[in-house]
Amino acid sequence: MSDEAAAVVETPVSDRPVLEVRDIEVNFAGRIGVFGAMLGKKAADAKAVAGVDLTLHEGEVLALAGESGCGKTTLARVIMGLIKPQRGSVLYLGEPIKDLRAYRRRVQMVFQDPTAALNPRQTIYEIIAEALRIHRIHEGPNGESEEQLVARALSRAGLRPPDRFYLLYPHELSGGQRQRVVIASTMVLDPQIIVADEPVSNLDASVRGEILSLLMKLREELRISLLIVTHDLGLAWTVADRVAIMYLGRIVEIGPAEEVLQRPLHPYTKALLAVVPEAGGVDRPILAGEPPDPTRIPPGCRFHVRCPEVTTGRAAAAGVEPKCTGEDLGLTELRPGHFAACHLAAMGGPAEG
Amino acid sequence: MSVLSVRDLSVTYQTTGGGVPAVRGVTFDIDRGEVLGLAGESGCGKSTIGAAILRLHAAATKIEGTILLDGENVLEMKPGRLRAARWSGASIVFQGALHALNPVKRVGDQIVEAITTHQLAGDREAKVRAGALLEQVGLPPRRIDDYPHELSGGQKQRIMIAMALACNPSLVIADEPTTALDVIVQAQVLRLMRGLERELGLAMLFITHDLSVLLEVSDRLAIMYAGKIVEEGPAEQVFHHSRHPYTAALAAAFPEIGDIRFRHRPSGLGGDPPDPQDIPPGCSFHPRCPKAFEDCSSVEPHLYPAGDGRRAACLLIEGALASAKDGAR
Repeated sequence: MSDEAAAVVETPVSDRPVLEVRDIEVNFAGRIGVFGAMLGKKAADAKAVAGVDLTLHEGEVLALAGESGCGKTTLARVIMGLIKPQRGSVLYLGEPIKDLRAYRRRVQMVFQDPTAALNPRQTIYEIIAEALRIHRIHEGPNGESEEQLVARALSRAGLRPPDRFYLLYPHELSGGQRQRVVIASTMVLDPQIIVADEPVSNLDASVRGEILSLLMKLREELRISLLIVTHDLGLAWTVADRVAIMYLGRIVEIGPAEEVLQRPLHPYTKALLAVVPEAGGVDRPILAGEPPDPTRIPPGCRFHVRCPEVTTGRAAAAGVEPKCTGEDLGLTELRPGHFAACHLAAMGGPAEG
Repeated sequence: MSVLSVRDLSVTYQTTGGGVPAVRGVTFDIDRGEVLGLAGESGCGKSTIGAAILRLHAAATKIEGTILLDGENVLEMKPGRLRAARWSGASIVFQGALHALNPVKRVGDQIVEAITTHQLAGDREAKVRAGALLEQVGLPPRRIDDYPHELSGGQKQRIMIAMALACNPSLVIADEPTTALDVIVQAQVLRLMRGLERELGLAMLFITHDLSVLLEVSDRLAIMYAGKIVEEGPAEQVFHHSRHPYTAALAAAFPEIGDIRFRHRPSGLGGDPPDPQDIPPGCSFHPRCPKAFEDCSSVEPHLYPAGDGRRAACLLIEGALASAKDGAR
């Protein structure tokens, strides 16, 4: 199945890393009220991202998935330079980022809610041109005028003819068109990487496919790399070359989409896949409990308190439970290109699920 | 007899810019122990229907047709009767559980209030019932004394469900009840609702834009577009073998993992849902329809039998074009 799927579409992914995230750690200071402080209470820090390595290749679509609070958006913000990590570094084309302005020109972000991302008092032309003005770009690489650059960005984002949109305001557009404007405002700078945080979850179902097709087209034609943050594994299946699953600030599984989504190794990935709604699916196993609290990370494997392998005793039967509860672990390559952080899977436990 | 029987329902909002027809002639039934999923995009009128059943609209809003709840027309109820019917005849679970609860009142008291307001029990009895309801929705009874902020999103939604059940309604309307929840919590809440529906023999109207959720919880599905039902029938049939091109496009937005037809091929529709004040003539979907032909822009389709207990409003259904033209004459 996976070979077949790979053969269907030729994707322009190269081995050249464009973005490398090394050992990122982000803690948010815990807050405590005045009375708590007087009583000498101390708030625990929230470890939003707890040591993450990630590489994005040229022309690659990487989906970063997990529940709310897992740190996926924080990681995206670190990549954008919007949050300074306590530890670790972000490398762009193998170099640490020195000039943030120059970096931001090549690495652009698309947010979830296009209505909030667009200034309601600016015309579409102003919105797109502002990106150029911020970066002090007065003409394109081939001597194009500002208007030509704006027109090209709009039509690349599927807003054609572009001049019809120049004088419109965001409220005159539909949700799908607004997200296209957001994408056009990133395209005008000719970026190499787009970080998209839930780019379609605020859009109507029938419009989503169009926006995703647009992003796919941009990566095929311009070899743009995409990091898509999403909670939707169906979306990851539709667009991603590789999928990374985050849990409590860590990547717990990463690999080719066909591998991770069809032959998952980590029990958490299996649990996420089990709750993708489907007909008659009400009787399948559902993970108990709520998304965990990043101020209280359990020792050992951070998933062990919710892990069905541990709670059903399968881990104990395999003799691996003491490790699950006591030994923290990182990602191990268990199949070619397919990494997981699971003691049981690492010893060849129930790999198929 | 159906618990809910909606006939030719139309809802028109009054604005300074004129009437906005949000629902344009909708007919459906829900039986005891049945879940009807109502799907569609924002602005299609699905939530308007939910609110119309409980008459939650502003007085100026024009509501036509009939809504029979346990055989009684909601639209003709006197205020006192209507107040009694809300919660005890039909109750509603909203999307924003986080905002629907009173933040300065213990959740148990809020459930008790629903029961005592309807004079179904005295304070003490109502408290016992609230505890039982909490257990029924899978919360430990000690949570009865918690304030909303002490609960997680999923727990708050469970409280809302407990409240909806407090007065033993025959119909529960669930309007995007799991949309704000995380995927795993969503699955937990969906299982709970399906379980309660079976256990209590409720009729349920489940409204959401997420077709994959509906596929899981519904017995039947009704798909809305521009204020009308365009396809209706057994959930799996409608989702997997849709007869209306709009349903097919909507279903494609929820791909099945492993299905190579979707791999690297996101599919969507061009254009946007129409402005309810400017609905295209003929089939309202024709400007976006990949299968539209000449007659679609002039002949308005109605729901036609489309096999396997389904009905679809598309001129491509066998015999539809002839029957639509006959009707127009």
